[in-house]
Order: sequence, then C-alpha cells, then structure tokens
Amino acid sequence: MRTITYDQAANEAIQEEFRRDPRTVHLSTDLAADLQEEFGAERIRVTPIAENSFVGAAIGLAGSGFRTVANVRMATFGFVAMDQFINHAAKITYMFGGQARFPILYRMTVGAGISGAAEHSVSPYPMYMNAPGLKIILPATPYDVKGLLKTALRDNNPVISFEHVGLGGMMGEVPEEEYFVPFGEAIVRREGADVTVVALAKMVHEALAAAEELAGEGISVEVVDPRTLVPLDIDAIRASVRKTGRLVVVDEACQTCGAAAEIVALVTSDPATFTALQAAPARVCGLDVPIPFSPPMEQFAVPDRAKIVSAVRELVASGPRV
Amino acid sequence: MVLDRQTQIELFTTMLTIRRFEERVASEFYAGNIIGFIHSYIGQEAIATGVCKHFTTKDRIVSHHRGHGHCIAKGADMKRMMAEIHGRKTGYCKGKGGSMHIADFSIGMLGADGIVAAGLPIATGAALAAKLEDEGNVAAVFFGDGACQEGEFHEALNLAGIWKLPLLFVCENNHYGVNTAASYSLAAGDITRMPEAYHIPNRVVHGNDVEAVYEAAGEAIGRLRRGEGPYFLECETYRWHKHFLSNALEDLRPREELDAWAKRCPVMAYEAKLLKQGALTRADTERIDGEILDRVEQAYQFALDSPYPAPEDALEDVYSS
Repeated sequence: MRTITYDQAANEAIQEEFRRDPRTVHLSTDLAADLQEEFGAERIRVTPIAENSFVGAAIGLAGSGFRTVANVRMATFGFVAMDQFINHAAKITYMFGGQARFPILYRMTVGAGISGAAEHSVSPYPMYMNAPGLKIILPATPYDVKGLLKTALRDNNPVISFEHVGLGGMMGEVPEEEYFVPFGEAIVRREGADVTVVALAKMVHEALAAAEELAGEGISVEVVDPRTLVPLDIDAIRASVRKTGRLVVVDEACQTCGAAAEIVALVTSDPATFTALQAAPARVCGLDVPIPFSPPMEQFAVPDRAKIVSAVRELVASGPRV
Repeated sequence: MVLDRQTQIELFTTMLTIRRFEERVASEFYAGNIIGFIHSYIGQEAIATGVCKHFTTKDRIVSHHRGHGHCIAKGADMKRMMAEIHGRKTGYCKGKGGSMHIADFSIGMLGADGIVAAGLPIATGAALAAKLEDEGNVAAVFFGDGACQEGEFHEALNLAGIWKLPLLFVCENNHYGVNTAASYSLAAGDITRMPEAYHIPNRVVHGNDVEAVYEAAGEAIGRLRRGEGPYFLECETYRWHKHFLSNALEDLRPREELDAWAKRCPVMAYEAKLLKQGALTRADTERIDGEILDRVEQAYQFALDSPYPAPEDALEDVYSS
C-alpha cells in the first residue's frame, strides 16, 4: 500500500469531498493553495484574521445549505471565537428545534512539543466536550485522519477535528480507494492482557512505544485509541478493561476536568467493569500548568513513553486485588 | 416616490400586526402567563416592516434578541411563534428556544439570537451563500446600536467589505443598550462613521417612518442584487418598553425622551398619513385592525391549546441525523 503523510491524507479527504459536492466552501486565514487551484477562489477563501467572523460565517453558510470547512489553525486561536463555537455552533441545531442542519467541519491543531510556549501548545478538546452539540474527533494516524475527515464531511453537525501538531508529517499507509472511519468506534492498536492503556492523539504512539518496552519486561499492554471523543466508544474501552483488569488513561491535555477524567468515570461507574478492576485506574496527563517554553520544562509538563511505562509498572506492581 | 396603495396597505398591516402581537405578548407577560426574557419590538415596527417588504423567502435574514417583529415581517406563522413563546411543543423550536430563538428556515428567517452582535458573522455566511448561488438573492442582518460596540460587528463589516457580500446591515439605533446611552458607549459618535471606515455605503433614515425605511432599503437592496457589495442602513428609533419585559428591571431613560418618541409612533403616524391621503378610510383601518386582533387571538388560543413538550423531549435535537 502507498504511504503518505498525515497532512496529505487530510487534504485528500477534503479534495475528494469537494469534488463530490459543489456546495462546499473552505475558509482559512492561510491560503490553501492546492485547494484553491483546483476549486477556485470563490469556494476556497482566505479570511481576515478574525476568527469569530469566519467561525460564524460557517454557521450562516450551513443554515443556507452549504457545507463549510473552517480551518482555525492552532487551537489557541479557537478561543478567540468561543462565542460562535459555544453559543452558536454547539447550540443552534438544538435551540431551533432541529429544523435545520449545520454541516460544518472545524479543524485546529493541538499539542505541545514545538516550543510554542503557553498560548500555542494547548489541547482544549475537553472544554469543547462540555458543550453538547459538537462532535469531536482526534485522529492519530494518516489512515484515520482521512477516514474521519471523510465521515465528518458527510455528517450534518458541527464537527471539530483536533489534529496534533506533531503528527502532520507522520507517514502512514493510506489506501487509494475510498474509505470512511466511522465516529464512535475505538480501535485496539495493540492487544494485551495485563493493562489497558487508553491513549489520545499523539499519545497513542507514545503508548505503543511504552507497550513495546513493557513487553520486554513481561507486561502485556493493550492500547486503545478512542479516535473520537464525541461520540465516545465507551463500550470498547470497558470491554478492554474487563479483560485486563487495569486502566491507564493517557492524554496530553491538562488533567483537571479532562477527557481522561471522563473516561475513568465512565469505566468505574459501570458495575460490571468496576468489579473487574484489579487496581485503581491511573491517569497520565498534562500537568495543570500552562505549557512552558524551555524544552526541559515543556517535556516535563506533558506525558511521554517513559511516564506511561512507569505508570503501568506501578499499576502492575500493586498486584491483583484480593 | 409615491407608493402604490396596495403596498401602503401591506406596510400598514404588517406594522399593526407586529404591534398587536407584541401588545398581547406584553399583556400576557404582565398577567403572569408568559415567563422568560421577552424583548418587545414595540416602537421599532417600521424597520422590520420596511426592510422585509422587499424580500422573498429566498432572501435570508438574521435577527437579534428583539426578534418578533422580524419574524412577522418575514412571514412567520404567529401561531407557531406564540406557541414557542409559551414553551409549547407546537412552537417553531418545539419549546427549546423561546422568545429569543425563534427561527423559520423555510422562509429564510435564520433565527433570532440572544448574543449581541453574534448574528452579524452568521449573516456574512448567509450572504456568502447568496453570492455563491448567484441568483440575485441577498441577506440582511438586524442589530442595535449596542452591537456596534462588539468586536464581531467590526469583523463582519470588514469581511463583508473585502468580499463584497450582498449583505444589508440594518442598525436599529434605539439609542440605548439596556440603560446605557449609545452616546456614552460609542467613541465614534455617529454610527455611520464605522461602515464608512470599511468603505461600505451607508445612510441614516428616520426609522419610525415606514415609507422612508422602505425606500432606503429598496435602493440598498437593489444595489445588493446587482452585486455592488454590502450596504449599511442606520434607522433611528426608540423602544417603548424596558430592555426586556420585567417588573424588576429599572428603566433609567429620561421620561421626556420616551414621551417625545411616543408622539412619533410609527404605526399611528402611518395610519394618519394614509387616512389623510385617502388611501384608507377609518372603516378600513378598523376592519384591518379587527382582522389582526382575531389572528392574534387565534395564535394565543393555539398556544394555550397546544401541549407542553414531554420532559424527555429535552434529549432530542442535540444532533441532526
């Protein structure tokens, strides 16, 4: 199978869907040159640096029968448009009684690791999870980003794709033929028997590296990637935890009120899964600090392979519950 | 320009319909029969009426928190409006929206909106849709002087300006954001200095003169339909009620100001004009009024006769299928 980058795969999804549906518009503060060359300047538009205006324009386009991709670039700029995201995009289907559909794909990059400092290294998807009405996807591989964006571009709701800044150049196998990755279907990236590690976005790859290392120590780790946070495939996560009896959730976002907290709560509040637990679930998350600039501090503030390894070791060492 | 009699009668009828609807809503609110936040449009009827008279259902509008008048002027069904205001299942939003969120997408009414100025970016999207459809349709957004203080207002003017969008900005300058005077809040002074800065053609009209609004809007919308880019219409007016209907909220505006504007009632003034012109007789206006009151009564009864949503209906419509 051919191999392409994460960013190329994402672009292919948009190209394919824009060829199929002429009532599609792309808005971004940076010129999407290859898209504009193919689809023209009327549909592929450069916006002023005014996030509320184009995040809101996407809503008006949707309410007028157009599907829009609005690329916010870094998630930190998304905060500028929180009125349109939270007061409008999230609620407009509901508060108008479902009389209109709002097919919008918002894209923004997340994550640390680029010495971007506090403003430009954020992972705010948990905040958006708290706004019912948005669908939230977190593609971790080239295959998934194409398949999930294809699904997003057929969905009739506002979808936000959070794409880790460290994944854009990642190479991976992507089929030539059309395919879709459905929302709400987690994938088991590696099967294991002793511990379930649920990992999000770039942490999927850190978790896989940790699993490989731990295998050498005789610890068998199952790595589960939810792929979408809203909807969340909690059944797959619970099934894995019932099998292994142990859970570690790994997320780069700050620990407090995060996706990891929600996943732990959904696991422990399910009686059948709770009774299968051999140890208290653990979280390996971003520290509750703004992301610092200097590399030693930045690396300290976010999870990585080594932190996952030690968390898993600790959990296994605590032994089976008697 | 002298309007034809039929247009005059329709303008008068729409204004009076808004007035009677809003009077009924206010009386039911103060009788304790309606709850929530109700922002009355009384005093501003000529603006929605004069602008929307130029629109078909293919032209799209975005309204604000004081949105009942725009709904009626765009052709919304008063029964479903009244049902929504009463939180009934038969309302436009099945009771999920209430007074501040009435919408009817089937007639190009893209919704009232409770966040000041938030409708402007949304309207740029509706205008871009009209531009891409290239069928001569346009969009309009209604907002107040308060919205001119928000960043989203400036972002939307800028966007419409650079993209030459077929968007009519209708500023209903009622001179107050709740109780704070626009003369205090706006460093620019004259509101039209702001569209001027964005190179958007603009004009100020007397917003209580329905024919003045109708004519100015007609000229502006003609430009929009010809692809000449956005236009900004400032309509000077005054709201008669408090910011929202309330026994608790204070009205700190000078009493003499309200009295002076009440003498410039858009509905009464137009009725007097049409009677004087001979376009209507007193018998005509009484008949029209009687018919409107009947329709408002029917809308009210429809709301009362309609069921409330089931509690668990709250779980529906979070997402579209």
